[in-house]
Amino acid sequence: MSVIVPEAGLPTTKRFDRETLALGAQKYGATVVLALLVVIGTIAFPTFASVSNVSNIATQSSFLVIVAAGMTFVILTGGIDLSVGSVFALGGVLAAYGSTFGSVEALLLPLVACGVIGMIQGFLVAYVGMAPFIVTLAGLLGVRGIVFASTNAGSNTPIVSDLSFKAIGQETLFGVRWPVIIAIVVIIVGTVLLTRSRGGQSILAVGGSESAAALMGVAVARIKFSVYVVSGLCAGLAGALNAAYSSSGVPTVGAGLELSAIAAVVIGGTLLTGGRGNLISTVVGVLLLSVIQNLINQVGSLSSSVQSVVSGLFLAIVVIVQTILSRTQRL
Amino acid sequence: MITPTGTPRDATVLEARGVTKRFAGITALDNVDFTLHPGESLALMGENGAGKSTLIKVLTGVYQPDAGELHLGGTTTTFARPLDAQRSGISTIYQEVNLIPLLSVAQNIFLGREPRDRWGLIDFKQLNENARTLLDTYDIHVNVRRPLHRLALGMQQMVALARAVSIDARVVIMDEPTSSLEAREVETLFRVIGLLRAQGIAIVYVSHRMDEIYRVCDSVTVLRDGKSVHSGLLADLPRVELVSIMLGRSVEKTKRESLTAFGSARTSSQAPTLIATDLTRKHQISGISLEIRPGEVVGLGGLLGSGRSETLKALAGVMKVDNGHVRVGGRLVKNGSVSAAIRAGIVMLPEDRKAEGIIPNLSIRDNIVLAALPRLSVGGFTSRARQDAIVDVFMKRLRIKATSSSQLVSELSGGNQQKVMIARWLAMNPRVLLLDEPTRGIDVGAKAEVQALINELADEGLAIVMVSSEVEEVVEGSARVIVLRDGSVETELIGDEVTEHHLLSALVGEPITVTKELP
Repeated sequence: MSVIVPEAGLPTTKRFDRETLALGAQKYGATVVLALLVVIGTIAFPTFASVSNVSNIATQSSFLVIVAAGMTFVILTGGIDLSVGSVFALGGVLAAYGSTFGSVEALLLPLVACGVIGMIQGFLVAYVGMAPFIVTLAGLLGVRGIVFASTNAGSNTPIVSDLSFKAIGQETLFGVRWPVIIAIVVIIVGTVLLTRSRGGQSILAVGGSESAAALMGVAVARIKFSVYVVSGLCAGLAGALNAAYSSSGVPTVGAGLELSAIAAVVIGGTLLTGGRGNLISTVVGVLLLSVIQNLINQVGSLSSSVQSVVSGLFLAIVVIVQTILSRTQRL
Repeated sequence: MITPTGTPRDATVLEARGVTKRFAGITALDNVDFTLHPGESLALMGENGAGKSTLIKVLTGVYQPDAGELHLGGTTTTFARPLDAQRSGISTIYQEVNLIPLLSVAQNIFLGREPRDRWGLIDFKQLNENARTLLDTYDIHVNVRRPLHRLALGMQQMVALARAVSIDARVVIMDEPTSSLEAREVETLFRVIGLLRAQGIAIVYVSHRMDEIYRVCDSVTVLRDGKSVHSGLLADLPRVELVSIMLGRSVEKTKRESLTAFGSARTSSQAPTLIATDLTRKHQISGISLEIRPGEVVGLGGLLGSGRSETLKALAGVMKVDNGHVRVGGRLVKNGSVSAAIRAGIVMLPEDRKAEGIIPNLSIRDNIVLAALPRLSVGGFTSRARQDAIVDVFMKRLRIKATSSSQLVSELSGGNQQKVMIARWLAMNPRVLLLDEPTRGIDVGAKAEVQALINELADEGLAIVMVSSEVEEVVEGSARVIVLRDGSVETELIGDEVTEHHLLSALVGEPITVTKELP
C-alpha cells in the first residue's frame, strides 16, 4: 500500500500564487531593482558606466560587503551584531599601529583583537544566554570607547607607514583593487561554508528553529558563538583594509556602519528572523545601497540626505514583503 | 539492529528501576519502574501531573533522576543530555513537529549527518538520494527537496519519524503524535509504527485517545501521582478499569456519597443564562452544545484531552471556534473575543493560576480591580477610594485572609490566591462563571472553603460551569454533569445519575462490567 499525502500550500491555488509571488519578490526583488537602477543610470548619466565610476563603486562597496558578510552569518542564526562599526574602526587603528612593525603585524593585530571581541560577545550570547542586541550594543559603545582612549580621544590618527600593507589597500590586480578581490574571496569562501558544510546547515537550522535544532543534536551554543567571531573577524578585516586604502586608521570611521550592514543584509533578502538567506543576496543589497548613493551624487543637486530616505524606503518595503511572506507561509 | 525473531521475550531494550525525581521538594517521580521489550508497543498513561512527561524527560536525558537507574540493553547507563540518549538509540517524536521548517525534507532527515564528498563538502545529490531511499522503505512518497513547512502536518510528522529511525533507533517515544493529524494521516502513522515494530524497534506511546491506545499498543504502564501503579498487557485490561486506575477511583463505588456542604443538588427550571450551540474547532472539539441555567453548577467531565478545557476556553472567548456560537441571555457573543465575552458576563478562572491568572507582584487590591478598571475609571483615571470600596466588599465577602489589601498576592496561600481571582471576576458582575480546576494545588481546608463559596455564588443566581480532574469533586459539586469524550459530548448525567460509577463509565464510553479492588 502506498500513501501520498498531499502537500500543504497546493490545494488552493490562490494561496500558492501569493506565496510564490512573495517568495520571488523576496529572493529576486533586490536584484531586479539593482538591474533597473543600473540601466537607468547608464542611460541618464554618461559617466555612470565609466570605468573609473564602476571601479569607485566596487571599492567603496568592498568594505561594506565584508562587514555585511559577517553580519549575514549572525542574522541567519536569528541574532544581530551592532558592534561592527566600532570594531571596524578598531581594526583600522590597530592596522595602522601594527604597520609600524611590518605588514604581517598590520594584518594580524586587528584580526586577533577583533576576533577576541567577537569571542567575548559570542560567549555572552551563546553560553551566558544574554540578548544579542544588548551584548553587541555594549560592544558598540565599549569598543568605540577603547578606540578613542587609545587615540587620545580621537585626536591622534595613526598613519599607515608600511608600504607593502598600503599596497593591499591601493594597488590593483588585473585592474581590480585588492579590497574588491578580497571581498570576492570572502563571499566565495563564505558561500561554500554556508551552503556546503555541516556548520552552514547548522547555522540555517539554528536560525530556523533554535529549540528544534537543539533537539536534533545541533550544538546550538557553539554555532551561535562562532558567528559572532566570524562577524568580528570580518569587521576587523574590513577596517584594516580601509586603513590601508586611506593610509590611516581614523578613530571616527564606521559610525553607523552596523546599520548599513544590517540594511544591506535585509534588503538582499535574508530573513531578519534567521533561517533563510545567503551571501550573494547580501552583495546585491550592498550594491543596491551603493548605486543609490552614486546616482544621487550623479544628480548633484540632491542633498545626500535623500539617500538615507531612499534606503529607508527600500528597507521598509523589504520588511513588509518579508512579513507578508512569513504570514502566507505560517512560519 | 535487533530483530524480533530469536529475541527472547524477557530481553529488555530499556528499563527504569526505582527512578525518583524531585523538584524543589515536590516528588514528581516516586520509585518508578518501567520496562520495555524490543518490538513492544507500550502505552504510557496517566492524568495531568501524574509524571508522564517527567518520566519521558528522564528517559531522554533532559532530566537526571535523583535516585534509581536506567538500563539500556541490559547495561546500566546515564544520559547527561538529550544528545546522549539520541546516540544510544532513543528518539522522541513530539506533539509539535520539532524540525526546521525552512530546510528541505532531506536536509532535515540528515541534519548533522550529511554525506560528504572527498572535499569534506556536503554531497547534496547523495543526501537527496539517501532521503528518498529511506522514505521509500516506509512507502512515504514526497519530494525530498521541498522545504518542510510546505508539507502537510502529517507528512512533517512522518519526516520526523524517518529522521528518528534513521539514527539507528531502538526506542521511539511518541508524545501525543496524533493530536494534530487527520484521520488518514493517523492511518499512515500506524502503518509506519507497524513497520518499525517488525524491525524490533520498541515504541512508547503517550496518548489520551483510548481507541488509539487499544489499537497500537500491547501493554500499558499507568502513572498516578508520580508512582507507577500498574503495568501489564492491555488485552487483559478493560477500558473502564484502565481509567479507574488512572484516576485512582474504585469502580465499585456505585452509590452517590452523602452530600457535603459543597454540592447540595440544585437544578433550575429558569430560562438558561448561557446557550452554546454546536461549538467546533478542528482537532479539539466538535459539535458541543450545552445550556447553563442561573443558580446551576454544571460539571464538565472528561479525561485529559477530551476537550473539557478547550470547551471552557471557547465559551470564554479565549479560543476561537470554527463553527457554532455562544448566546448569553439570548444575545450572541462574538466568537473568539475575550472582551466581548466579559461584556456579556462570561468570566473564566484559568486552570493554571500562576501562569494565566494572578499577577504575583501586584497587591491584592490591584489584582482584584484589574479587570474592572475600565468600569471604575473616568476619562482614563481611577480613584483609589472607588477601588477600595469594591476591594473591601469582596475581601470581606470571600473571607480573603491577608494583612491588608496592599499585601502582595504572591505572599498569599493558594486558596486565598484563588479567592482573589474569583473576586476579580465577581467585581465584573458576571452572569456565568467558568472554573477550570478551581481547587487544584489548594490544601484541604481551603478547598472546602472555595467549594462552599462556589455554592454560595450559585445560590445568588450565577450560572457556573466547573471542570475538575477529580471525579469526586465533579460528582459532589455538580447537579448535572456533561461528559465529554474525544472532543464531543458523550452523555449528560442528571440528578441520581450523577455518581462516580456512571461518570467513570461515561468517561470511557462503555458500560462497567468488571469490578475489582484497586491496588
